[in-house]
Amino acid sequence: MSDLVEPAIGRSKTSFINDPKVRSIGLQLIALVLVVFLGWMFVDNARQNLAAQKIATGFGFLDNTAGFGISQTLVPYSETSTYGRAFLVGLLNTLLVAVVGIFFATIIGFFVGIGRLSKNFVVRLLSTIYVEVIRNLPPLFQILFWYLAVLSAMPSPRQSINLLGEVFISNRGIIVPRPVFEAGTGYVLWSFGAALLVVIVLHYWSRERRAETGRGLPMLPIGLGLMILVPFIAMAITGFPISLERPELKGFNFVGGVRVIPEFVALTVALATYTGAFIAENVRAGIQSVSHGQTEAAHSLGLRNGHTLRLVVIPQAMRVIIPPLTSQYLNLTKNSSLAVGIGYPDLVAVFAGTTLNQTGQAIEIIAITMGVYLVLSIITSVIMNVYNKRVALVER
Amino acid sequence: MMKRLLSTLALAGACGLAAFGAQAQTKPAKLDQIKAKGFIQCGVSQGLPGFSTPDDKGNWTGLDVDFCRAVAAAVFGDVTKVKFTPLSAKDRFTALQSGDIDVLSRNTTWTISRDTSLGLNFTGVTYYDGQGFMIRKDKKVTSAMELSGASVCTQTGTTTEQNLADFFRANNMTYEVIAFATNDEVVKAYDAGRCDVLTTDRSGLAGERLKLTNPDDHIVLPEIISKEPLGPVVAHGDDQWFDIVKWVLFAQLTAEELGVTSKNVDEQLKSSANPEVKRLLGTEGKFGEGMGIGNDWGYQIVKTVGNYGEMYDRNVGPDTPLKLARGVNALWNKGGLQYAPPIR
Repeated sequence: MSDLVEPAIGRSKTSFINDPKVRSIGLQLIALVLVVFLGWMFVDNARQNLAAQKIATGFGFLDNTAGFGISQTLVPYSETSTYGRAFLVGLLNTLLVAVVGIFFATIIGFFVGIGRLSKNFVVRLLSTIYVEVIRNLPPLFQILFWYLAVLSAMPSPRQSINLLGEVFISNRGIIVPRPVFEAGTGYVLWSFGAALLVVIVLHYWSRERRAETGRGLPMLPIGLGLMILVPFIAMAITGFPISLERPELKGFNFVGGVRVIPEFVALTVALATYTGAFIAENVRAGIQSVSHGQTEAAHSLGLRNGHTLRLVVIPQAMRVIIPPLTSQYLNLTKNSSLAVGIGYPDLVAVFAGTTLNQTGQAIEIIAITMGVYLVLSIITSVIMNVYNKRVALVER
Repeated sequence: MMKRLLSTLALAGACGLAAFGAQAQTKPAKLDQIKAKGFIQCGVSQGLPGFSTPDDKGNWTGLDVDFCRAVAAAVFGDVTKVKFTPLSAKDRFTALQSGDIDVLSRNTTWTISRDTSLGLNFTGVTYYDGQGFMIRKDKKVTSAMELSGASVCTQTGTTTEQNLADFFRANNMTYEVIAFATNDEVVKAYDAGRCDVLTTDRSGLAGERLKLTNPDDHIVLPEIISKEPLGPVVAHGDDQWFDIVKWVLFAQLTAEELGVTSKNVDEQLKSSANPEVKRLLGTEGKFGEGMGIGNDWGYQIVKTVGNYGEMYDRNVGPDTPLKLARGVNALWNKGGLQYAPPIR
């Protein structure tokens, strides 16, 4: 019996060239060589022809003086800085919009998503209207709305809206006082750090106690109280070392204070609300994917509504929410390049715009810019995938 | 953005693929390519009154547009054989490098870096300009030296951004620049009060002012902070085509100098005894043939588009909404800078 079966499992008698395994590997190798060769030929020909047309090539331009101004710089930058520095400024501006936008989009999405399932008719209706209106309008249009429509309704710096006597809102942006740190600030920061540590320890202790006795501490008021009170006492002891530099109207604009430019506000608000609407739908879908039996079971164990949502429904819903949430985060980051439409100095405007035009090195600059977006997206994906693994259902 | 990406891909593609069969030398001459396709593809602005702007029927008018028509007249003897590609300031050079357009006539400043490192050739100066500032009258500013601290709106991808930085730096003044991708966005943001000042070439300011809600509420400050010689551009590597585009403008300037206009050109052709006129209109010498086009090229340009003065007056002159005096753009023998080498 075994003698008959053996040859069928082992080596077939067909010739080497007809072996399906050898064939598939061979074909793949040929394809790989072709692709690499085509790619190499493309690059090589582009280089030869650029040289023939006397178009400058290479990455040396990054060390040249940029000679143009940028309206929002997170790192020191002046007209005498290099194109490489301008690249960094643009990159950081893109990251700023992405991070702040993702933060607010998540909050909006979470609340609206829960609101869509609310028992309260008005909340449910408003959430539905929000989602349906916002996600069905093109994002560029929304950015232009927040920029042009809202901006033209704003007063000039001289007539700016004054909030609490400290914050000024005008068509030049939102101007807030700048904190000035004097000697002694260190103690305040240390006290803040200490308070944070105590809160974290308390949080874990409270969790353990709840697991053992079923009674936790009211962590929210305790945590907030500690975080505000301790630094405040430290400030009082050191004689309030943090003072505020108030913005002052001088000439055309405000001098002093920190200014949030309207381009940033418009772009962030538009992207956060737009992406928030999509996230809301993800959240709703995630929550609905948790069967109602789970809620009933939690209730029958005596958990209140808030606890049921926080401890039973949401942890299970997260498994459904995380993967589509990742692609929403990626979308927001990529949509931030729509900034060119309103003059926000992001990577595309500063680097793939002004720098490209001044140096004329389209291929290098577009390649770098695409590389940056690729890396940003991959980093976001990796982080989200790690998080996804942690919340995923552990099968036993 | 999409357009820019496509242009870049086209550039990479054109450069990458051009050498597939053979080396670049065997590429057909630009003039032959143009004759084969039957029209000239001309890059213009997305709408700058006086220079290149489409009306509600899609007909383009303006100084830059007329120049392209003059090239078409010289090559084909037909002003209609030209197609226009509207380009933003930042897309314009890529379009030319990739061969999407044959000639760029889009109020483009001639600078050394553009001439030498972008693979381009400037063929001449159709308009001598300089950068200026526009501001609301109610700001009560009369000089650019009072602009310290101002917010300035401008278009990205222009020499304007660098001139602006230089001017404020040289005079120790602070400023904030907001750079937009297209002219329309600049005007909208300025109109909405986002910035105190709008800056671009002075001819551009005259045109943009007309787009504002209340043009009379704005003034152009007297300072000229830069030299902006605006002219047509062609790609490196085809000297014949470079010559043709260059001499179209010279023919228009020569015609004005000799007093040949679109109205009297037929009469001059028949009766003029002036050898300079005869050479311009092609009845003496074979200058057109030397460039690979018809010998009546000069006649065709003047007959259909007119001489430089006519082109100027029709599009940007004192009788147009832009009301720009000839100034430095007058002929050399009338106190200006416009000067053409002799046709002989």
